Amino acid sequence: METRLRVDDVWKSWDGVPVLRGIDLSVASHQVVALIGASGSGKSTLLRCVNGLVSVDAGSIWLDESLDVTHERTNLDDVRRRVGIVFQSFNLFPHMSVLDNVTLGPRKVLHRSRDLAREAALTLLDRFGLADKANGYPDQLSGGQQQRVAIVRALAMEPELMLFDEITSALDPMLVGEVLDSVAELKATGMTIVMATHEMSFAREVADRVCFLSAGQILEQGTAEQVLTDPQERLTRDFLARFLR
Amino acid sequence: MLIGLGSLAAFVLVVGIVVSQLPGWHVVQDTFFNIDEFVSSFPQLISAFWLNIRIFIVAEVFILIVGIVVALARTLQAPIWLPIRVVATIYTDVFRGVPTILVILLLGFGIPALDLQGVPNSEVLWGTVALVLSYGAYVAEVFRAGLASVHPSQRMASRSLGLSSWQTNRHILLPQAVRNVVPPLLNDFISLQKDTALVSILGPIEILRRAQIDTSMSFNYTPYVAAAVIFIALTIPMTRFADWLQARTQKQRRAAATV
Repeated sequence: METRLRVDDVWKSWDGVPVLRGIDLSVASHQVVALIGASGSGKSTLLRCVNGLVSVDAGSIWLDESLDVTHERTNLDDVRRRVGIVFQSFNLFPHMSVLDNVTLGPRKVLHRSRDLAREAALTLLDRFGLADKANGYPDQLSGGQQQRVAIVRALAMEPELMLFDEITSALDPMLVGEVLDSVAELKATGMTIVMATHEMSFAREVADRVCFLSAGQILEQGTAEQVLTDPQERLTRDFLARFLR
Repeated sequence: MLIGLGSLAAFVLVVGIVVSQLPGWHVVQDTFFNIDEFVSSFPQLISAFWLNIRIFIVAEVFILIVGIVVALARTLQAPIWLPIRVVATIYTDVFRGVPTILVILLLGFGIPALDLQGVPNSEVLWGTVALVLSYGAYVAEVFRAGLASVHPSQRMASRSLGLSSWQTNRHILLPQAVRNVVPPLLNDFISLQKDTALVSILGPIEILRRAQIDTSMSFNYTPYVAAAVIFIALTIPMTRFADWLQARTQKQRRAAATV
């Protein structure tokens, strides 16, 4: 299987405080990888390094073994049109309708015509049960709907890799299910996904591989079954015990 | 409502009686509130005011452009843009610090004095340029505050979609910033409307200069009062509009916050 994403010995500090300390990670296409770990363990920072929102101090990050995100001559806009990201706090554009939120990227970045972008957006919105919300505005939607729009907005760019940064953490527990269903649906279409999550049962359900991060390092990784039910490291066991209690 | 109106009427009546009983009132009335003077000076004042309105409209357009450009220039982060950022910062510092009337004098008398070939020496032109420079610095700060009021996560989301820095400003940040700053902008424009009178110092016959000429011929100050009435007639609707807009924005924010 071809490697979609390869993270090679990545280091990052914020104001002298190390956040990532030598991360190695390789994700094959169509694979779903879940990053678990306490807040501050580096999950978000790692995801943001992958699409160039955060620059690394050392190491390299390769897309398709051909594009080095960390190289100073790399145009990060090229990286970002190939890598979709969805945030914990939705970050929809409040002054635009749902449809405009979704078509903005395809129109301005991929230079699709308005009609073409609109058609593709409506198809996607329909697939995620949001067809009737196309002309609504973000503040008229529930949190779960907003987050699903954010997923559709990222998908409209036809990315080859999707990053999910704790996308259910800001949601009412009642609304978590609908967003997780969308992710599962995405997996079914063969999308390559790296997701930071605190939803352990969901990770077990959809993730091909689970990585446990602690203090900026991947301490343990393996199949969801291995890491979540039979962790080898004491820190992993402690973390899971706190979570599953 | 009725009690309010009644109380207001009583108040006006009392003030009117007191003022009209003051010993010097008839002199004041004749000098400042002379009906005949008012009527005779009014048409000329109105036609002179047309110049103020033209200065105001032209200046307003350029002030908005200068304001947005300077505000965006000050947000440029990359090291290569340092010179532009420095120039924009010096511009706002200098022109917010110098009194508008001084800028008008410097440009209005200074530039024509250079006698440069091909450079027009119209007082109205340089007076307007001075207003644009002076107000542009204020409006740039208003826009900068507006841009800062948009949450950084909006930029992050936009850049993540692959939009460039410029596209992000154009489609995501500016539209939200402008919405946030419309009320303070209107305030600045009300102030600009009055300050068009400052251009009179250069000599063009706008409303204040016209009133000055009238008063110096009749030794009666009623034309000044008439000019004031004309300014107020234009600023009050704008002020009420700004108030209404501000109240509406606040209501919308409150509504959004309770969802």
